[in-house]
Amino acid sequence: MAYFDAASTEPLHPAAREALIGALDAADPARLYGAARRSRMLLERAREEAAEVIGARPDEVSFTSSGTQAIHLGVLGTLLGRRRAGRRMVTGAVEHSSVLHAGAVHQREGGEMDVVGVGLTGRVDPEEFAAAVAREGTALACLQTANHEVGTLQPVARVAEACRAAGVPLLVDAAQTLGRLPVPPGWSVLAASAHKWGGPAGVGVLAVRKGTRWRSPLPEDERERRRVPGFENVPAVLAAVAALKARVAEAERDNARLSALVDRIREAVPRLVSDVEVVGDPVERAPHIVTFSCLYVAGEAILTELDRSGFAVSSGSSCTASTLRPSHVLEAMGVLTHGNVRVSLPRDASEADVDRFLAVLPDIVRRLRAAVGVESP
Amino acid sequence: MARRRDAEEAPRQEAAAPEVALTIDALGRKCPIPIIMLAQQINDVPMNATVAVLADDPAAFTDVPAWCRLKSHHHMGSYDLPQGGWAIHVRRNY
Repeated sequence: MAYFDAASTEPLHPAAREALIGALDAADPARLYGAARRSRMLLERAREEAAEVIGARPDEVSFTSSGTQAIHLGVLGTLLGRRRAGRRMVTGAVEHSSVLHAGAVHQREGGEMDVVGVGLTGRVDPEEFAAAVAREGTALACLQTANHEVGTLQPVARVAEACRAAGVPLLVDAAQTLGRLPVPPGWSVLAASAHKWGGPAGVGVLAVRKGTRWRSPLPEDERERRRVPGFENVPAVLAAVAALKARVAEAERDNARLSALVDRIREAVPRLVSDVEVVGDPVERAPHIVTFSCLYVAGEAILTELDRSGFAVSSGSSCTASTLRPSHVLEAMGVLTHGNVRVSLPRDASEADVDRFLAVLPDIVRRLRAAVGVESP
Repeated sequence: MARRRDAEEAPRQEAAAPEVALTIDALGRKCPIPIIMLAQQINDVPMNATVAVLADDPAAFTDVPAWCRLKSHHHMGSYDLPQGGWAIHVRRNY
């Protein structure tokens, strides 16, 4: 089985596996006996190492129970802390659903959410985003580093400048790029998810810059600088940070290799399959993600056939989603939502597997089209 | 290039619908069926004539205009139907 769904979850990095197994018996880091002190020391060292990668101070970094929780706390906590500044939140139309769902909670409580649209490649226009941020009463702006479905990089640095000029904190969702690409400057709040970079599930990162007003939207708890309630998952945090350091060290080599494979897919798919649209920015993109849509074919049918041929991929088509709505990302971009295939390459994706994927795809699409009476040229 | 819209609410045109040469009833059909029906029937109308695709699968609202862009036909507009769904108007360009 060739696993091409790294944007959903990256396979556990060997460094994470080793650290996880070594730390399984970690004691409560909040207690005072020897084993607890040792656990706290390891946790704080992991925090320092994560902070260094992020470009933050250790006391600005908290570990959460998931990337989604980091987003929820980041969005709602900043809106709560900035309540006197206003109740408007500005976000891009192709943000992860955790951002939009947190915004929906804010709306239900009487707040406002201004969603900035994207162009055909899935990128927000920085001028338009800046204008939305500059409006009176903006408490928070949210922007991802790279889109999780099509890989397009967002203009975070330019938007961060506009946010600074307007005095509005910017929450950056770095879930698809932390450990792969440098963290763009200018964030006030940063969120990420360990299992996206090869750490274990159950660890997210929430960093809140000193001076950013933030108040927990949840009941008070003394853990993680009072930002995240609940007992820290010390073994998983240590494993997550071990994977993060390893990924950063390997990033240059991995990115070059994966990006070349993505370029190969981007070039070959439209040549080998008729009536295909490769979506997302061809150049300003995450190194590991490529998405295309095949006309006249249901996304679910392609996924099933690819699975049968030994490929694990994902799709934003409505028939593959529990909601029966197509992906909000593809909708906002205005690109085909049916027949959608997202290929996201894990760090160990092989050239041979990519070649085999390109070899089986054309016939799968041809057969599925023939089954619904569409002849391929 | 950038468009602004609420996450749940896509833009809709309110203007009166122009004359339609062919109506394709794809109500109740899931994507990609409405697109397949459109592709199979667009050549049944004269050049520059308009086809109306009636569809209520939310995917069709995005996919018919996207198909027009890919196939160099013209998406004239999408009009809400009283019973739900849309009449999505496409002009045959070639």
